[in-house]
Amino acid sequence: MIASVFFYSALIVMIGAFLSVLRVLFGPTVPDRVVGVDTLNTLIVAGMVLLGAAYDRTIYIDIAIVYALLSYIGTLAIARYLQGGLE
Amino acid sequence: MIEYIIYAFLAINIIFNLLGGFSLHRFPDVYTRLHGATKCTTFGTIFAVLAVVVHALNQLRITGDPKYLQMALHSVVALVALLLTNPTGAHAIAKAAHLSGVKPAKAVIDAYEEKLTDRGESR
Repeated sequence: MIASVFFYSALIVMIGAFLSVLRVLFGPTVPDRVVGVDTLNTLIVAGMVLLGAAYDRTIYIDIAIVYALLSYIGTLAIARYLQGGLE
Repeated sequence: MIEYIIYAFLAINIIFNLLGGFSLHRFPDVYTRLHGATKCTTFGTIFAVLAVVVHALNQLRITGDPKYLQMALHSVVALVALLLTNPTGAHAIAKAAHLSGVKPAKAVIDAYEEKLTDRGESR
């Protein structure tokens, strides 16, 4: 019973992730798209933690840890590229 | 009783994460979108992890299986990683957006621009 509650809350979090995908598609400037990707990464971490509780798999939560750290490195690389190299 | 605590945490998580998604479409420019999205999704993810931790500790109390202790500890590690990386990433995006030439819409005072021109680094 409680596993289905975790699953449906992960599904509703994925609706928020879909909204940020729309911002990535329709963003007028490049930093808008980067903001959309950053929000998408945070929401995917939340969804992976909730899915790990729903399916009783701890390995999903380990995936969430690695995804959080790697997406941070990706965000920093895109930000460095936007501001025009190392200063 | 503990189930209702989990439901309350999941409700706060859903509300704030959806508000973070909607704030990307309701705000006029990059900086306000970054402000709304980062704050709301970080706060919502704190409560998602709290719900998983309460659920795992409850299952540990009922069944005594050590994999639930592992689940709770790894969720806390994921939360700490997210809380350290999310504000610094948002700061880097905001600074890069300003340096790449995107100005704030409807802004009256741009203090960062004034600081750059005082240093003689105007572009």
